[in-house]
Amino acid sequence: MEVATHRTSDRTALHRPGFWQAGVLLSALVLALPVFTVFSFIFVPAGEVWSHLAETVLADYLSNSALLVLGVAFGVLLLGIPTAWVIAVYDFPGRRFFEWSLLLPLAIPAYIIAYTYTGLLDFAGPLQTGLRDSFGLEGGDYYFPEVRSLGGAVIMLSLVLYPYVFMMARSSFLGQSSSTLEAGRALGAGPLRIFLSIALPLARPAIVTGLSLALMETLADYGTVQYFGISTFTTGIFRTWFGLNDSAAAAQLAALLMSFVFILILMEHYSRRRQRFFQTGGRHHHPLHHPLRGWQRYAAFAICVTPLAFGFLIPAGQLLVWSLSIAEEAIDLSFLQLAGNSLLLASAAAIFTLILALFLGYGQRLHPSKPVAIAVRFSAMGYAIPGTVIAVGVMLPFAWFDNTLDEWMRGTFDLSTGLLLSGTVFALLFSYAVRFLAVSLQSVESGLSKITPNMDDAARSLGLAPGKVLRRIHLPMMRGALLTAMLLVFVDVLKELPATLILRPFNFNTLAVRAYELASDERLADSSIAALSIVVVGIVPVILLSRAIRKSGDTHE
Amino acid sequence: MNKLLELNDVHIAYENTEVVKGVTYDLQAGEIGCLLGPSGCGKTTLLRAIAGFEPIRAGSIDLKQSTVSRPGKILAPEQRHIGMVFQDFALFPHLNVADNIGFGIADRPGKERRKRIESLLRLVELPDAGSLFPHQLSGGQQQRIALARALAPEPSLLLMDEPFSSMDVDLRESLAREVREILKREGTTALLVTHDQHEAFAMADRIAVMQTGLIQQWDTAFNLYHTPANRFVAGFIGQGALLPVVRDNRGRLISELGPIPVVGTEVSKTGNMEILLRPDDVVRQPDGVTTQVIGKAFRGADILYRLRLQSGTEILYITHGRDNFPLGETLSVGLDLDHTVLFPVAESV
Amino acid sequence: MRKRSLSINLLLAILIAAASLSSTAFAAKEVNLYSARKEALIKPLLDRFSAQTGIQVNLVTGKADALLKRLQLEGRNSPADLLITTDAGRLYRAKSAGVTQSVSSLKLRDTIPAAYRDPEGHWFGLSLRARPIIYVKGKVSADELSTYEALADPKWAKKICIRSSGNIYNQSLVASMLSHDGKDETQVWADSLMKNLARKPKGGDRDQIKAAAGQCDIAIANTYYLGKMVKGKDPSQQAAAEKVAIFWPNQSDRGAHVNISGVTLTRAAKNRANAIRLMEFLVTPESQSWYAEANYEYPVREGVEWSDLLKQWGSFKADQLNLAKLGQNNAAAVRIMDRAGWK
Repeated sequence: MEVATHRTSDRTALHRPGFWQAGVLLSALVLALPVFTVFSFIFVPAGEVWSHLAETVLADYLSNSALLVLGVAFGVLLLGIPTAWVIAVYDFPGRRFFEWSLLLPLAIPAYIIAYTYTGLLDFAGPLQTGLRDSFGLEGGDYYFPEVRSLGGAVIMLSLVLYPYVFMMARSSFLGQSSSTLEAGRALGAGPLRIFLSIALPLARPAIVTGLSLALMETLADYGTVQYFGISTFTTGIFRTWFGLNDSAAAAQLAALLMSFVFILILMEHYSRRRQRFFQTGGRHHHPLHHPLRGWQRYAAFAICVTPLAFGFLIPAGQLLVWSLSIAEEAIDLSFLQLAGNSLLLASAAAIFTLILALFLGYGQRLHPSKPVAIAVRFSAMGYAIPGTVIAVGVMLPFAWFDNTLDEWMRGTFDLSTGLLLSGTVFALLFSYAVRFLAVSLQSVESGLSKITPNMDDAARSLGLAPGKVLRRIHLPMMRGALLTAMLLVFVDVLKELPATLILRPFNFNTLAVRAYELASDERLADSSIAALSIVVVGIVPVILLSRAIRKSGDTHE
Repeated sequence: MNKLLELNDVHIAYENTEVVKGVTYDLQAGEIGCLLGPSGCGKTTLLRAIAGFEPIRAGSIDLKQSTVSRPGKILAPEQRHIGMVFQDFALFPHLNVADNIGFGIADRPGKERRKRIESLLRLVELPDAGSLFPHQLSGGQQQRIALARALAPEPSLLLMDEPFSSMDVDLRESLAREVREILKREGTTALLVTHDQHEAFAMADRIAVMQTGLIQQWDTAFNLYHTPANRFVAGFIGQGALLPVVRDNRGRLISELGPIPVVGTEVSKTGNMEILLRPDDVVRQPDGVTTQVIGKAFRGADILYRLRLQSGTEILYITHGRDNFPLGETLSVGLDLDHTVLFPVAESV
Repeated sequence: MRKRSLSINLLLAILIAAASLSSTAFAAKEVNLYSARKEALIKPLLDRFSAQTGIQVNLVTGKADALLKRLQLEGRNSPADLLITTDAGRLYRAKSAGVTQSVSSLKLRDTIPAAYRDPEGHWFGLSLRARPIIYVKGKVSADELSTYEALADPKWAKKICIRSSGNIYNQSLVASMLSHDGKDETQVWADSLMKNLARKPKGGDRDQIKAAAGQCDIAIANTYYLGKMVKGKDPSQQAAAEKVAIFWPNQSDRGAHVNISGVTLTRAAKNRANAIRLMEFLVTPESQSWYAEANYEYPVREGVEWSDLLKQWGSFKADQLNLAKLGQNNAAAVRIMDRAGWK
């Protein structure tokens, strides 16, 4: 398939290749600034810290990060794909409910679920205490799996990250031409073979997209692995930076991490390129949803209820129990303020990031070129970088700009401009954009890929100006994708902690900050109300998201 | 009798709407059948029921003398050993042509499978296409690969759902004839669903014309055209006009174009009737009835004229392409019937 | 004069407006604080200060290292007047980074013992955080315990719980041992300690104490965590806390390891006078006893009455090593722990 090179004759600025190329390149570069900033430390000599790291902990960082990524990949695929398949294809009691509720774990920050399960399952927790009491056991008498282990981290992260795979896989399954699947059955393939050899390969690009989002977030996770005492790249970066007080070596570790991420991004991009050929033009879409009978209904129900229970119901229930135990003294007006800040920040970031993603997405589509493509890929790398590193990557150039300008103003006008960007809400929004652009861009790009260049041409030939084409063709067609982009960023920002913590202005707190401060002080019960509020505020968009996916699935051509 | 497929009073419904209202039909082994009808007549639903994708509400479907569908029981599509060609071909976009064809015969040993794929590729005259992907093929080529894929497991019955509807007209008929040859060569029993009579004529041995969930007539193409069973079939197949006919006191049938010889059909004795006139039933006659040319369609080898009788009734007349009359010209015409198709006039109209 | 384009003029106008705006902000009666102490553990004191003086305190909380980085990058334009951290190492690091300035307040100097403030007056301790040995009553008797060093004895094999080496409290503890025992001896100690661990290091200090209820006989943890467990509402934590007791190590030599939470005046401080007032307020007897009441920390000021719980744990001899040493030794301590395989 060829990408449209517009042979239009109009001369509006929006259609001049120069405008787009320069604009897109510039915004991509600005967004990639924090990433470049971190990368620039590669050239700072880090001295003999590296030999110390290589001798002692580097192998650990590498192997733990690799195992974590592999384990989470396995986990999210295991939880995300079967659920997506049974919900897209079969009908069974609760299907409509699972459609949206399976996305709920997205609203729970990974470190919160880690704290919650530790509270439930560790040695002094209710489960083990109950076991000991009822069987008269002593510590050491019995085997109980340790939550705070690599395996535990894999499970925790899988439980909150599988929705990315579920979401992508489901909309891909819904979009598959039913006749393609029926052709397989007519050729004698049973349901299992249909799934394995037709539906799954066809959905692979979508699944890889979801998987890469989940894995990038895994690599960026700090809270969970730190609490579980697992040395990964991320914890290693902080240890090197703060413990060994060597920021250059820390940045170099971060750069190494980013190279892994770059591989992930390339993988995702490659699979999307193939996806274009894979778009199956199913003309008749029968409402699939074959009703299941007998034990199959229970099996489908069990497949769906398991991730929901462990990823949402149990942790949210525990949070609720804790919240109730302290409700009367902990809820006050300041909570409204926190929730308001969180909502405002998340909404603003979602819209800001979406606008950027749209700009970059369209720029690439209208006037594709190698440098633009590379710059856009770079700017999307922030998703896998720990928030603290991003934050420093944002602070560094911003503070440099502020101070340079201030210096010049003082020299020239004897006036101080102080810090114009640093420590403002804008700096915070910018760092969110850097961190979450990948999520937004991914949705926008997949939405754009559904609109063929012919549709643009058809609309133009029917007398629509370019602006109107955007409004009357693209906007309705991309509605689902745009909503997805906004809501994912919204939920992500709601949960975001490290960048918020460092960059926020004075006297400005969010739910995530409050939850973290109390939880990291090991006051789990006290933090539960803030944590629960994040979940509650996050549920609304998750439900909207699910409806948007269903709608875009129904109208999928 | 060697009936391969037997439908016995089949009813199919979605929710509360009955789409197929009692169809009885059969196919002999080696025969190519066709369900022809306008969209919404229930033909595709019936085909999907035969394939096993839709349950039936009443009646039964038998394949090779064993019941595969009856109310409450349905043999899964993958166990019916039926081939199916879809309207959109439904080729697997992630598999190349050879793997597409080989999909249904995955259980055969590799060597045999490869040989079968090769011979099918030769059969559909695309011997070198094996390593290509579906998106690299033209529509007609995809069609032939879809056919080869469906034929690969040597199905006892091949079902085709509007297989040529996405082709352009030129390709449609030639491909249909080509496919018919391939099926006959392989000795495959097939059932085609289409709304296009030319496609049906080119492919099928016998055609069942369907409307509103019922088979209206089930016959050869020739008979459907010349002796349609009712007004619907008459109108749906071919072109023609209906001319009122009255019975005079001697019992003869008289039309505006003169007396009607009763040929070939029994005529009901009572009521008013209309006669079906195909364009080739009308001839120029110096002593005939005067008509006026009110429309014409030039079709190359022949020209189809629309003529108005004095009463205002319109009839069709076909002649070879050199007889070029201008609009408004007066033509004198008469009847040349070798059989007569009469329908009673509906009371209410 | 050269002609400037309209847009540049406009930009300048905006900048000048911004500059005047930010300079009016300086005139306000306020003090800006970057705090690594969590909001809940500092805000009540700040509110009290504002109520008494009418000076508004603007607060950003965060992790000490990140706040320090922010301070460094913002440079001379940083709005922060004060930085509060929860350990001496970071204060030392802030001073080395050149973002602090010296304060010569007699009130501060006379109130705070020399070991708990910077010799050059760059930073001051506000509260003491002791990190003693905690043992399970009945399983271990106090006679068996003596020093941190003695925990390396093979008799404690698979009996000790301690959190990961990524934590600053452990880094400080090892840094202090490095000062007293030297590099080689400390390395041997860390290696042996790893062999005595009952489980891989994980969780926070509170988790070590909880684990002492069954998985290990000895834990090393800061006392205020135990305090919060005792006074908290969770019955299972109360039960766990009931089972353990505090042992003050090294009482016959240098004393138990302590760290501080402390404050430093930034070099960029624009509200210097207000900031020093706040520093002084934080060491008034009233504020000092608040630390003990609210967070079970020890007052840095002598003569302030301890809360009941602290009295119950008993008085102890604290290590008099100047805490600047902890900062100096921190990186070396981390390396020792890396080599020991302390996760």
